Amino acid sequence: MLWRLTLRSLWHRRATLVLVVLAIALSTALLAGVERVRQETRDRFTSTVSGVDLIVGKPSGALNLLLYSVFRLGEPVANLDWESVEAITERPEVAWVVPISLGDNLRGFPVVGTTTDYFRYYRYGRGETLRFSAGEPFDDVFDAVLGAGVAARLGLKVGDEVVLGHGTGTVSVRRHDTMPFKVRGVLAATGTPVDQSVHISLAAMSAIHLDWVAGTPLPGRHTSPDQARSRDLQPDSVTSLLVGLNSRVAVFQMQRWINTRAPEPLQAVIPGVALGQMWRMLGMVEQALRVISVAVLGVALLVMLSALLTALNERRREMAILRALGARPWQIGLLMVGESALLSLVGVVAGVLLLQGVAALAMPILSERLGMALSLWRPAPLEALWLLVVLVSGTLVGLIPAWRAYRHTLSDGLTPRY
Amino acid sequence: MSTEVLRCQDLCFGWRDSPVLMLESLCVAAGERVFLGGPSGSGKSSLLALIAGLVLPQEGCITVAGQDLASLSAAGRDRWRARHLGIIFQQFNLVPYLSGLDNVLLAAALSGIGRASGKERALALAERLELSEVLLARKAIELSVGQQQRVAAVRAMIAEPALLIADEPTSALDDRRRDHFMTLLLRESERQNSAVLFVSHDQRLAAHFDRHLDLPTLNGAAPCSGD
Repeated sequence: MLWRLTLRSLWHRRATLVLVVLAIALSTALLAGVERVRQETRDRFTSTVSGVDLIVGKPSGALNLLLYSVFRLGEPVANLDWESVEAITERPEVAWVVPISLGDNLRGFPVVGTTTDYFRYYRYGRGETLRFSAGEPFDDVFDAVLGAGVAARLGLKVGDEVVLGHGTGTVSVRRHDTMPFKVRGVLAATGTPVDQSVHISLAAMSAIHLDWVAGTPLPGRHTSPDQARSRDLQPDSVTSLLVGLNSRVAVFQMQRWINTRAPEPLQAVIPGVALGQMWRMLGMVEQALRVISVAVLGVALLVMLSALLTALNERRREMAILRALGARPWQIGLLMVGESALLSLVGVVAGVLLLQGVAALAMPILSERLGMALSLWRPAPLEALWLLVVLVSGTLVGLIPAWRAYRHTLSDGLTPRY
Repeated sequence: MSTEVLRCQDLCFGWRDSPVLMLESLCVAAGERVFLGGPSGSGKSSLLALIAGLVLPQEGCITVAGQDLASLSAAGRDRWRARHLGIIFQQFNLVPYLSGLDNVLLAAALSGIGRASGKERALALAERLELSEVLLARKAIELSVGQQQRVAAVRAMIAEPALLIADEPTSALDDRRRDHFMTLLLRESERQNSAVLFVSHDQRLAAHFDRHLDLPTLNGAAPCSGD
């Protein structure tokens, strides 16, 4: 009967209470959303570099090196000499080396100059290797292998011809149009930046820059693709190196060797350590977001409290009636707590639905910005805790009007004072 | 004299040291109709709260339907009130967001009557008070004041209380509706053999009652502010 009374009473005041539910829904969506984005970005970033032991580049800060080498975020500062690549490759601790050469794009998608070892050794997620959904690794100089996202977005398939643009921006003024590439393979989707990349051989990278000096084409020089094939296309330098070791135990030893004894000043970064740096930096932002979310929750709870207390004054007559019918003071208090609990519950459910809606809208945008397929459908482990916090604190807010209603019923008797 | 449904003996009730109500004796016999003249400030609210068992007197003893209220716990008094007392207020008698029927069924539930038999009794009682089932299904706020008061009467009598307390139930009604309401209320209370304690300052209504009392005369506390 009390339950019925609660439902009817809430329904009676639904016009005002919709705002209360909305406020709670918003704060729930914020709290849960922050948690989801946090969890998902961490998972994604971590899984993208799951198989790499060291990343080597010119000294520019661990995080920067990691971000541009693996996540294609930010700009590389300088290249490392091919001699260093060879020196590192020859170390006994090293199992494999994948050079990365950046600096061009295909209609905004980054072009990665690398070797076929990339397809063999790169690992993501729980140690999964790259798979081809069509075609095969590049073989000829002018072959390109597209990430799943690139192929889908540009509508390209094996056999299509593409022209690369110079530079890492989204719009290229200068294009390598004398040397078109043929799509040789398309990779299966991985949810990592690989999906957004175009892969060509290091030789191809050298070839398309034969007529270029310091970032500009030399006037009057037009090397044809066939002429290029006959030239020495061994690269002088690459942007960075992904290194896999025979044993992870050697990672610190190898890092020290590269940092101190390599032919030129280099920096070797352990991906996990660099990511740790990033999480520490982002931790403050996350903390700030969380504080804001909690503040929004506080406001929502105040909105609810004010709605319940305002209604309570109008309901003193109702309380007196219930008392006259034999309702116990605690039953009247329970009515109040029941209302706040139910409002919180509806608010939390609405908040989760709202979050799913926002996630659906935000996922493509966020995924594009990060170059990774974020999935925000899945509740984060800590999310349940926040939902519980909203529910419990919302219910507890009901104790205040409950207490006041209880006091009223004792002092009002059968004739409420207004 | 038949059995008493209400007996107040040597009552003293007040806030701190200033008594609001001092009552030597007030008794109502089973089925009796008592008119209690009580203007504002005569201690009426306190008397009603005492009889309903919401508060206990500092001195004296109140017996309702044969039960000494002081010997019951607060919960016990709430239950006793639900079962043996029916109360009708001046106006705004109903829980506004419930239908008339649900208002009655709420009272039935609190006095321990099952839902099915409660509904059956409610409909029969409503019919005798000239309320159709259609009217009962309406929300309280959609009913006219006269209809609301009749729903309140149904609700007050659903558990066939030994004592029906009506606190100026007709003050919001015009003359014609007031007389009609009084006729229906008294006829039904007689049918149920419920005693009626009717509190009003409107002496014209006194003619409907067996016995007339005047609260300011009964109340030895000469209060300056009661309500």
